[in-house]
Order: sequence, then structure tokens, then C-alpha cells
Amino acid sequence: MASLKDLRNRIASVKATQKITKAMQMVAAAKLRRAQEAAEAARPYSERMGAVLANITQAIGGGGDAPALMTGTGRDDVHLLIVCTAERGLCGGFNSQIARLARDHVRRLLADGKQVKIICVGKKGYDILRRDYASMILERVDLREVKTLGFVNADAIARKVIHLFNDGGFDICTLFYSQFKSVISQIPTAQQIIPAGQASATAETGNGATAVYEYEPEPGEILSDLIPRNIAVQIFRALLENAAGEMGAKMSAMDNATRNAGDMINKLSITYNRQRQAQITKELIEIISGAEAL
Amino acid sequence: MAEAFKFELVSPEKLLVSEQVESVVIPGAEGEMTVMAQHAPVMTIIKPGVVTIKTAGGKEERFVVFGGFADILPSGCTLLAESATHVNDIDRADLARRIQEAKEDAADAKDDESRSKAEQFLSQLTTLEGALLPA
Repeated sequence: MASLKDLRNRIASVKATQKITKAMQMVAAAKLRRAQEAAEAARPYSERMGAVLANITQAIGGGGDAPALMTGTGRDDVHLLIVCTAERGLCGGFNSQIARLARDHVRRLLADGKQVKIICVGKKGYDILRRDYASMILERVDLREVKTLGFVNADAIARKVIHLFNDGGFDICTLFYSQFKSVISQIPTAQQIIPAGQASATAETGNGATAVYEYEPEPGEILSDLIPRNIAVQIFRALLENAAGEMGAKMSAMDNATRNAGDMINKLSITYNRQRQAQITKELIEIISGAEAL
Repeated sequence: MAEAFKFELVSPEKLLVSEQVESVVIPGAEGEMTVMAQHAPVMTIIKPGVVTIKTAGGKEERFVVFGGFADILPSGCTLLAESATHVNDIDRADLARRIQEAKEDAADAKDDESRSKAEQFLSQLTTLEGALLPA
């Protein structure tokens, strides 16, 4: 049985931990709000981009002059996975969920005899995937120094990816990130970004952008400018959703931790009080029996 | 009083402008153009330059954009800029950095096509800087 002093120390330490988790929760809540705002502010751009892209795709009508980024190389031998995770831990299952999805994907691809390459965005995903697939990781993008996520960060990643594609480094590119649904639910998602064509085109044509446009310069030229930008936008959106999701996950994880610490303090306090009472009773009995003996 | 139409200037980070305007001057890839209400549908790439907006209230506002594209419809105009800043907030150091980067790009370019592209971008940037400096 722990002594009274041990218990006292224990309670003090749990209380200190609780204070830390509480503070982390509040910081995460504040950051979450900001991340959510950023994600919302970025939404109009990606929406309009989707509409414009659908429009042009329609104008070209899947003709031969669509750039390779859109139609693909016609093969699917080499896959590139961009795995976006957080830079920091202590956010529940957030990072491991994304990594697990990516790992399942890798396993399936390898079973089919495909070649796999990985780019890790964020330290945590790298740490997890490194264990099994270190040889496949091409590089790791570090965003730890980045305070506010800007489009330039996404653009840099997109540029690397496109460069690699043009060099024939891969055929199909899939983006892994966590979709921010709500504070308590983030859904790990795999999204194919290269070739981009079909998915985005069919999704938008329903809106019936019927206007006959004039293009300046040619549609093909605009498209070849637009597609790389669209990839950057997709990555940017993934990063923003991830940032919001990370904070959401961290908030609920820290909320849980704070509550657990509270429960623990209660339990320890009860044990402490009981022992103190037992000691007092014991001392009283000793005094009384001592007095009776006289 | 000219007819007003809806103009939106969007950068990946946020929606900068969304209001009723009389006319907008856009630095198109193939020359500047002024967009007014009932413009024929046009889609164009924009080069680095200054977008001048004349709002329905008669106020004039200027934004610096670094590439992007514009989607013009009779009912409105959407400008998707790669990055956009209000003229008053433009950071000269940032502009200088972009020019420096463009210079490096031009020097690093492997084939003629990408070099001419980079050089074109560089010249657009320097023109822009020249236009802004006295302001």
C-alpha cells in the first residue's frame, strides 16, 4: 500500500498533467477555429476551379490535345502516393488512421505487382511508414516551420509531383489526407489526382455550364496551364482539411485526457482520504486503549 | 451610369473581392482588356499585372495579381488569381524575391520552350515592378 506521501505526490503530478492537457485542448480549440476559417476561405477558389475545369473539358470534348496530366500515361504500373499527415502527435488516432489507409493501399498495389513510390507530407506519417516502406519513400516534405499554411507550400509540392510525372516517374498519383467532417469525425480519404480528367469532369457537367466561351489563348493551352494549378489546389485543400482535422482530433483527444486525469484524481483522492481516516482511527484507538490500560 | 455586374476576385487563400462593379481592367495573356456588363463569355489566362476595379459606387480599387485566369460571363466575372494583393499592401521585398526566383528559373531552364516561358514571366514581372515603383 502506497504511503500518504506517495499518494499526495501522485495526485499533484496528475493534477499537473491535467493542467497541461487542458491547456493543449484550449490551444487546439483556438487553432481549430482558425484552421476552419482558412479551409472555408479556400473553398470558393477550388469550387470555381472545378467549374471552369469542367467547362473547358467539355469544350475540348476529350479530344486528342488534352494534356497527359489529365488523360494519364495509359499505364498504371507505377503509383505515387502523397501521404499528408500532421507534424505533431498527441491527436488521437488521426495520423495512424491516414497511415493505415495508405498502408493498406500500398499492400494492395504491391500484391498486384505494381511499383509504389511515396511522398510524405508531415513528420508523423513519415515516422509510421518508414518502418515498413522506407525504400519506397522518395522524400519527405517538412511543414513544421510553416506557421500559416499558404498556397505556396502546396504549390511547391505540386511542382515536384508534376516534375516527376513529366520525367515519367509514375503513372497514377493518389493523395491521402483526412477529410474534415466535424470536430469529432475526420475521415481518412484517398483521392486520385493524376490523371485528373474523368472524375472531376463527370461530377460537374450536371451543372450545365452551357455558355459558349471564347478562349484566349486556345482551350488546350489554357488547360495545360490550368491542370497543374488544379493539382496544387487539390493539395492545398487537402493540407487545409488536414490542419483542421488535426486540431479537431487533438481537441477531442485532449478533452478525453483531461477527463481521464479528473477521474484519476478523484479515485486517488478517495484512497488518500480513506487512508488518512484509517490512520486517524488507528491513532485514536491507540490513545484510548492506552488510557484504558492505566 | 454604366450597368453594374458581379465581380469576384478569388485567391486560393481567400475571397478578396465580391461586389457589384461597373468595369474591371484585366491583364489578359494576350493584352489588357476592360470587362463591362454584358461582356461575351470569355475565358482567359492572366499575366502578372494590375487589376483595376471600378465599383458601382464609382470608387476605384487596384489589385496586383501574379498570374491566374479569368472566367467572364455576361452576368459576372470571376478572377481566379494565383496570388493577389491590394496595391496599398504590396510588399516590395516580396516582389523583388519573385523577380529573383523568375531569374533563377530562366537561368535553370533546360529547353528553349521553358526558357522562353520563364523569360516571358520575368519580363512581365519587371514591367509590373516598373509600373508600381513610382506609386
